[in-house]
Amino acid sequence: MRYEIRLSGSGGQGLVLAGIILAEAAGIHDARFVAQTQSYGTEARGGKSRSDVVISDEEIDFPHAESLDCLVAMNQDAFDGYYRELKKGGVLVVDSTLVEQTVAPHALEFPFTELAREKVGREITSTIMALGALSVITGKVSMAGLTRAVKGRAPGGTGKINLKALKMGAKIASELLKDR
Amino acid sequence: MAEKRRKKASPRLLMGNEAVVEAALAVGCTFFAGYPITPSTEIAELLARRLPQAGGTFIQMEDEIASLGAVIGASIAGAKAMTATSGPGFSLMQENIGYAIVAEVPCVIVNVMRGGPSSGLPTMPEQGDVMQARWGTHGDHLMIVLAASTVRDSFDVTVRAFNLAEKFRTPVIVLSDETVAHTREKVVLPEKDEVVVVERPRPQVPPEWYIPYEDTPSGVPAMARWGQGYRNHVTGLIHDIRGFPTQRPDEIAHFKSRLTRKIIQHIGEITWVEEYFLDSAEVAVVAYGSVFRSALSAVREARKAGVKAGLLKLVTLFPFPDEEIKRLAKKSSLIVVPELNQGQIAREVERAARGLCSVERLGRIDGRLIGPKEIIELLTEVSHA
Repeated sequence: MRYEIRLSGSGGQGLVLAGIILAEAAGIHDARFVAQTQSYGTEARGGKSRSDVVISDEEIDFPHAESLDCLVAMNQDAFDGYYRELKKGGVLVVDSTLVEQTVAPHALEFPFTELAREKVGREITSTIMALGALSVITGKVSMAGLTRAVKGRAPGGTGKINLKALKMGAKIASELLKDR
Repeated sequence: MAEKRRKKASPRLLMGNEAVVEAALAVGCTFFAGYPITPSTEIAELLARRLPQAGGTFIQMEDEIASLGAVIGASIAGAKAMTATSGPGFSLMQENIGYAIVAEVPCVIVNVMRGGPSSGLPTMPEQGDVMQARWGTHGDHLMIVLAASTVRDSFDVTVRAFNLAEKFRTPVIVLSDETVAHTREKVVLPEKDEVVVVERPRPQVPPEWYIPYEDTPSGVPAMARWGQGYRNHVTGLIHDIRGFPTQRPDEIAHFKSRLTRKIIQHIGEITWVEEYFLDSAEVAVVAYGSVFRSALSAVREARKAGVKAGLLKLVTLFPFPDEEIKRLAKKSSLIVVPELNQGQIAREVERAARGLCSVERLGRIDGRLIGPKEIIELLTEVSHA
């Protein structure tokens, strides 16, 4: 089955790299088929940014995400802009530090940015934390795969804190799911 | 001695632009000159690191005119050489593309198409440069143009582009687009020793017997490496067999018809198309580049819905595969041509189909890739009509 995930937020939050890590984890380590694409403006920072990952057991022809199974919104603009592209019954994960209004009662809210800043020590690890949560919530990518992909792709010297963020994401997601 | 077990290449996550670089290195490219431009930049970025490691040369020039000039110079000096650009830079290269045709200098130009005209839409796909690739340089000429659709394709097509350029001593254009270039997917690339590598024809005679533009059965003259005593004169003027400008009608006609002949008599080797479900098809889709991916998905879905659809993928866009289209038109009731422009290849298909079947254009020009749904709708609509 084709499963479409969108990681969205603003330029500079590391969404494209997170998309690559997700695709590499699912595609290379978990041995599924993947297609990763991104959309960005012409700005280097700021502006809407998104990275889409399609995961499938079959070869993927059309590489873009059209009807999202899962949306991760790392800020309000991204939520507002992409919420309507989420399938009915799709998984919605938001960063509650930067998304103040969610009209969706089924939104799974995590303070990724706050935790990344306060507990991990680097705000930019928030998106990797979201991947940890995604693994637990969707089951579409393994933590083992994500761990290996983070090790291979995290920019020089940031492997450790990114792995810390990844694990924290999985932990807070497990706790939230337990409560539900 | 213990037999070495062959190590199987492992899958990697690569984007189209990265596959172009892997191909260039695998086929022996040792020179890149270019000017970075979205969405082709990763090709320059990666080669800036990888070429020096492989003993090659990377140079960033002041603009795209100079870039192709440097590539032509490097090729004449004996290197396999390439450049990569996008629409605005491709426009600047047109004059030197013509020079490379007339001086018969092998080189590969990758154009990662983005939205245009002008600065256009730097981060969005379009297939707007198809006819520029064919006719962008002035004068009556033939052109070899190949289109890549997937990451693996980006590798294979780049390898083929180098091989055709070397074999026929002509510039070859690879058309990629933003979607092909920037989609990352899992891919297994061939090992270096599995890649077929063709070298340019070298003179088999001593320097004093060498006639640089002498005709041969293939129409391709032998190309001497500079600095080894073989005398050569390189010019963009129409020249005689020794490379000097001529105004004699017999020499002009002979030269120009040889340039055409060396391509046309090898058209079977140059033409690369792929068929999907065409054996039992009544309606056909003709697609290339990123749109091929949507077309394949659409044809699969349409067949599930009972529509007898098939797909012809064009890798060689020019010389246009007239014979293949004519054959397809004879056995189909309809050909649909989806593309990210207002009918550049569709017009060629209409011409080659010669009225033997109807041809429907499906153009999309809003910066987005045509999706499978749009193609399926057209296929079902027309086949039920």
